[in-house]
Amino acid sequence: MRVAHMTTSTTTLARSDDAAATPRAPASPATSTQLDALESEGVHVMREVAGEFERPVLLFSGGKDSIVMLHLARKAFWPAPVPFPVMHVDTGHNFPEVIAYRDRTVAELGLRLVVASVQDAIDDGRVVERPGGSRNPLQTVPLLDAITAHRFDAVFGGGRRDEEKARAKERMFSLRDEFGQWDPRRQRPELWDLYNGRHRPGEHVRVFPLSNWTELDVWRYVERERIDLPSIYYTHERDVFARDGMWLTAGDWGGPRPDEPVERRRVRYRTVGDMSCTGAVDSTAASVADVIAEVAASRLTERGATRADDRASEAAMEDRKREGYF
Amino acid sequence: MGTHAPADVLEAPTPTTLDDGHARRDLLRLATAGSVDDGKSTLIGRLLYDTKSVLADQLSAVERATAARGGDGGAVDLALLTDGLRAEREQGITIDVAYRYFSTARRAFVLADTPGHVQYTRNMVTGASTAELAIVLVDARKGVLEQTRRHAALTALLGVPHVVLAVNKMDLVGFDAATFGAIAREFADHARVLGLPEVHAVPLSALEGDNVVERSGRTPWYDGPTLLELLEAVPVARDASTEPLRLPVQYVIRPRTAEHPDYRGYAGKVASGVVRVGDAVRVLPSGRTSRVVGIDTFDGPLAAADAPRSVTVRLADDVDVARGDVLVPADEPVPTGQDLVGTVCWLTERRSVPGARVLVRIGTRTVRGLLREVDARLDVDTLTVEQWDPVDTVRTIDATDTSTEAAPRSLGLNAIGRVRLRLAEPVVLDDYATHRRTGGFLVVDPTDGSTLAAGMVGPTLLDRLVPVRADERDDDWLAGAGI
Repeated sequence: MRVAHMTTSTTTLARSDDAAATPRAPASPATSTQLDALESEGVHVMREVAGEFERPVLLFSGGKDSIVMLHLARKAFWPAPVPFPVMHVDTGHNFPEVIAYRDRTVAELGLRLVVASVQDAIDDGRVVERPGGSRNPLQTVPLLDAITAHRFDAVFGGGRRDEEKARAKERMFSLRDEFGQWDPRRQRPELWDLYNGRHRPGEHVRVFPLSNWTELDVWRYVERERIDLPSIYYTHERDVFARDGMWLTAGDWGGPRPDEPVERRRVRYRTVGDMSCTGAVDSTAASVADVIAEVAASRLTERGATRADDRASEAAMEDRKREGYF
Repeated sequence: MGTHAPADVLEAPTPTTLDDGHARRDLLRLATAGSVDDGKSTLIGRLLYDTKSVLADQLSAVERATAARGGDGGAVDLALLTDGLRAEREQGITIDVAYRYFSTARRAFVLADTPGHVQYTRNMVTGASTAELAIVLVDARKGVLEQTRRHAALTALLGVPHVVLAVNKMDLVGFDAATFGAIAREFADHARVLGLPEVHAVPLSALEGDNVVERSGRTPWYDGPTLLELLEAVPVARDASTEPLRLPVQYVIRPRTAEHPDYRGYAGKVASGVVRVGDAVRVLPSGRTSRVVGIDTFDGPLAAADAPRSVTVRLADDVDVARGDVLVPADEPVPTGQDLVGTVCWLTERRSVPGARVLVRIGTRTVRGLLREVDARLDVDTLTVEQWDPVDTVRTIDATDTSTEAAPRSLGLNAIGRVRLRLAEPVVLDDYATHRRTGGFLVVDPTDGSTLAAGMVGPTLLDRLVPVRADERDDDWLAGAGI
């Protein structure tokens, strides 16, 4: 089920303006909106990283947050191309629509794509498949291995502080030791807009340009900038089954069990992750405006609604983060 | 940083929590100062809850936690909405600032929630550095305490333009007008000493919701705005045209593509003022001048851009411009130099060492520096400044010795003092008091990269207070300074 937004991809991706076009009127202070402020902050953070680090990489899952991050990166360095590669941590349980989106975007923007594969890590024994089939927690090892192998020193992530309380205290620049671990004691105070990215060899810094955005801000920015998203963010019919109070997609990853009946429903996804633990929500939202109305009226956080892994315990995210998760 | 007559604030329309006007909505960054005992967590929980920023799954988690702690089964404990991390509880530490988000139709808010007790100064300085408004919280039963004075002093030190005194727990003093009035007057007197530009006082009960979002029926003697009305009404848009231009260069954009073979643009965020096509600008610290011929963005060229927009600027001449340089108006005499005098807040447990080799980060520039000396120290609890004569010799101090006797002229965690730094290269030295966006700096350890201190160039609150000579004092100021 394709949505109208697909057709906008060529206009948003291709830029023909040259610098000599007629300048617009200056912006007055009154027009500096919240989204302008968030965008400027994100662009500022990206330029700081490009100016201070040797080998940055941007984590790109094909989810809306990473897509907005990539959009900011294009704005930050235009008219030059984005000066760093993107990395996808591939669980092997992907939504085909999202992989298609990833490959199309990488081709259109001429980006270099690094894939860190969970399947490879399972095949050579670095991680062990878990019962139940969820591969979300398994992403940490291939992620850290790829960071080491490529000697990445700055890793952009799309994490937002509104997502979860372990993230509410995250810095824009989050220092990780040579094992990728987050030590709360070593995090640096961040004052003004002076970000300290210095690190020792082998350490790296996770950078979160969307720290101050909320889910609704992301959607409003998608609307304002006419950003193309994978089709699964909008309503479509899908064969699903209920598990842990969520609609999971039937598929090769292992679901459903014989006692889990499959039914066809109109759904969409609020987040994009591993198929085995990312739930769909009942929705008829066919456009960005519909989604914004739905999110604004929602009574659940996006992680509460759609992520089985965060339901494990109150501190589930905190534990994974300390181990080096996104 | 304009001041605003309270009358304007009083006319603020009743806030709505319907999300309609977002396209024109602006952003206010604010910080809260107060301890858990003042009801700070409850107040923040109340703001989140009453602006409908708390969703059902968060609320049910809090309900479970309330029940687990033996709550009364009725009202949920809103303070638990801002509960800390397990790592903090287990290790008994406080991970400085937590950020909270809520919004109304008029404005979106980024709230820096700074914890109360341990490492207080460091946390509050961090939260206040980006805040346009600080909420100083007091318990109506206790009034203005030493910690209230400390919160106000740090707010003044960091130059936060707007201060709201939230007199909480009014329900426990029977909503008594005289109690509120006395606290508000005492705080206003203190604020004058500190030079705080503007203070509003609001009587409220975070627990019961009076005057936080909803106007209380129990304070008929108070006709001012609720806390949220104040937060919605304070002006955030500065008139950039009255400020001098500062554009620190972050990155040089050189595409070297077929489409843009010779493009050379200087990328940065306008820190203050306005940059316009045609402006004569000076590149500091080199001092070369040129003219702005283009302001480029992904969305098309601009004729002018004001703070805090991120832009890319092209210049007429092929001058040498790199990361760390600052574009300023060509006709403005902007101070530059290698001798930096400023006030720092020490942020780590390792004490300052006179003569230490450090890195100084100011704007987008990082330079090597020598921490020559600490010559004055501010006690924010008593508002006294202790000052010493300059030293001629560099003293050697063991940084691992944290006893106060070991280092009479050094700074420990949370201490505030005046430092003299000698820098290896000249930098722009804007006074923080008049240039809040460019007058801040970091002192960084060159060996492990940790941030040792945050500083403000030029005179600050410390210099405003009358110093006391070290040999004229005999009280134990070290304890109060958090050393």
